[in-house]
Amino acid sequence: MAEPIAQPASAPQASGVSTPVRARIDRRSVPISERVIEFGLFLAGASGVLVTVLIVGTLVYEAVGYFREVPILDFLTGTSWGPQFVPASHGVLPLIAGTLVTTLVALLVAVPVGTIVALWLSEYAPTKLRESVKPVLELLSAVPTVVFGYFALLFVIPILQTMFGWVGYELGGFNMLGAGLVMGIMIVPYVASLSEDAMRAVPKSLREGAYAMGATKFQTCVQVVFPAALSGITAAYILAVSRALGETMIVVVAAGGQPNFTMDPLQQAQTLTAYIASVAKGDLPVGSIGYRAIFAVGLTLLVMTLFFNVGGHWLRQRYKEAY
Amino acid sequence: MTSANVSNLQVGNAGDRQRAVEVVVPTHGRDVSGTIAAVDSRAASSSQSASLVKAEVRGLDFYYGKFHALKNLNLAIYDKKITALIGPSGCGKSTLLRCFNRMHDLYPDTKYSGEIVLHPDGLNLVGPGIDPITVRMRISMVFQKPNPFPKSIFENVAFGPRLRGIKGKDALEAEVQRALKGAALWEECKDRLQDNAYRLSGGQQQRLCIARALASDPEVILFDEPTSALDPVATLRIEELMRELREKVTIIVVTHNMHQASRVSDYTAFMYLGELVEYGETPQIFQRPKKTMTEEYISGRFG
Ligand SMILES: Nc1ncnc2c1ncn2[C@@H]1O[C@H](COP(=O)(O)OP(=O)(O)O)[C@@H](O)[C@H]1O
Ligand SMILES: [Mg+2]
Repeated sequence: MAEPIAQPASAPQASGVSTPVRARIDRRSVPISERVIEFGLFLAGASGVLVTVLIVGTLVYEAVGYFREVPILDFLTGTSWGPQFVPASHGVLPLIAGTLVTTLVALLVAVPVGTIVALWLSEYAPTKLRESVKPVLELLSAVPTVVFGYFALLFVIPILQTMFGWVGYELGGFNMLGAGLVMGIMIVPYVASLSEDAMRAVPKSLREGAYAMGATKFQTCVQVVFPAALSGITAAYILAVSRALGETMIVVVAAGGQPNFTMDPLQQAQTLTAYIASVAKGDLPVGSIGYRAIFAVGLTLLVMTLFFNVGGHWLRQRYKEAY
Repeated sequence: MTSANVSNLQVGNAGDRQRAVEVVVPTHGRDVSGTIAAVDSRAASSSQSASLVKAEVRGLDFYYGKFHALKNLNLAIYDKKITALIGPSGCGKSTLLRCFNRMHDLYPDTKYSGEIVLHPDGLNLVGPGIDPITVRMRISMVFQKPNPFPKSIFENVAFGPRLRGIKGKDALEAEVQRALKGAALWEECKDRLQDNAYRLSGGQQQRLCIARALASDPEVILFDEPTSALDPVATLRIEELMRELREKVTIIVVTHNMHQASRVSDYTAFMYLGELVEYGETPQIFQRPKKTMTEEYISGRFG
């Protein structure tokens, strides 16, 4: 523990007892412990930045090697993916399509359900119920995603197959719809929990303002609380998008294993993450084109995630409220 | 507080209350029921003889859980006048004010008993079968801290009219313009109606809240310390505005600023510990208070 006199909080007291001059001298004469702490904090902060830089650096370095052999335009516009096959094909669009479709399906579940759950928790649920439901929700986000993957494969997709069977459609055992739906269920707690925090942070005075005008509870929720919390809710949606884009195990298990250039969620397909996971098992020689393709795909995923995050951030700023 | 003060607080006993009530109720205009009506002939008959009663609080008690916050209040609120509620902090001014628009219904474990009768139709605002929304449709409120919604200026004012089923751009625009003019904000805002309300200054935001309250055509507007978050200039504008609004609407204002009460109000009620100590015309309360407690409070000796 440092000398009490070195702590800013006690400085005013010290100056009250002794002279201000002396307090200042004391501060200067015991800076070593402070400097050590400061340096330690700096190291901790810097290591975080360094790791990030290293990761991105590795991605970019290997991807650059890849793009020396594969023209970037072919990569971005090709509709067939199979860098490890002979003859190899290097179009990433099928993986992007798979990623976007599963993400979209997931968001179609997670955003409305998560928002409604949040509204209900924040505005309608009695305090006691809310306090018991929230931990359960947060527990749900602690379930390993591989469990969700098998839940999709062994439970949700069979149900979907039966239902599509009723209308005479034969649904495959792997498909993006099932994977996306379960991914959405997985993301609901994140959206609900964060949105609920945002709605509860809306000051009581705004709610009272709405009620005082004669608004019903529902009108207050929809016309005042929701818009007032929109900035925080957008943050929840951004997180949902990032989770969906980066989700791996569910799509590896349930969406299928072949790249497939289609926007039809009823088909099987591979996503960017699923490709990386399925190929990166160590049997690709380091430096081979197949090995480097992983990094190109990883970089693509990073750019996509960044794009949505920046877009979301911009939206957040737009709706930021200073109540 | 001294023990002398405490003995002055015994307003609950019969004799005192009888006298307090005398000032409270007029005989003219409306047939006010029961014992209250029988009292008085001199007190209210002088300069206020033209004013009608807009609302009557009769034997009102209010409880937060077990806490008895308002104790057997009786007073009449005069039509198109400003009634100020004064008293030391915690005496129940806001609690009384919030009974008028049933704000307490938003929170669990609150209980009203007694009546607040709204004229001309005699609706009991705190009656058990009365929907709070019906009440709030007729009685608006302006809060202590300006609380505009995170929407445009236009949408803030249009909020009430929309809730009341007014549709169509022209009708809404007319309502918004009328309300903003009523709140002396039209000239400042007419070119920036689509701006977010938070871009207005604090005083403008409070006038926007007044416009929002006006747009729903209320019969009574409740003000809960409307200027306590504002600077002196903005405060004077709001006070001026309240005097203007008095032409159209009945106003009840809570204030802990004695000067404000004497500047703006026509009637003043002095409350202490959940009871009504003295109620009368503002000049009388400030110049010739009948109770020692009132005198001590307005001269700043406690509270
Ligand atoms: N929500 C509440 N729950 C319990 N007691 C309350 C609540 N609000 C106010 N009170 C109590 O009721 C009394 C009157 O409060 P209030 O009407 O806010 O006073 P004033 O507006 O005159 O300062 C105070 O003693 C206060 O502590
Ligand atoms: Mg108050």
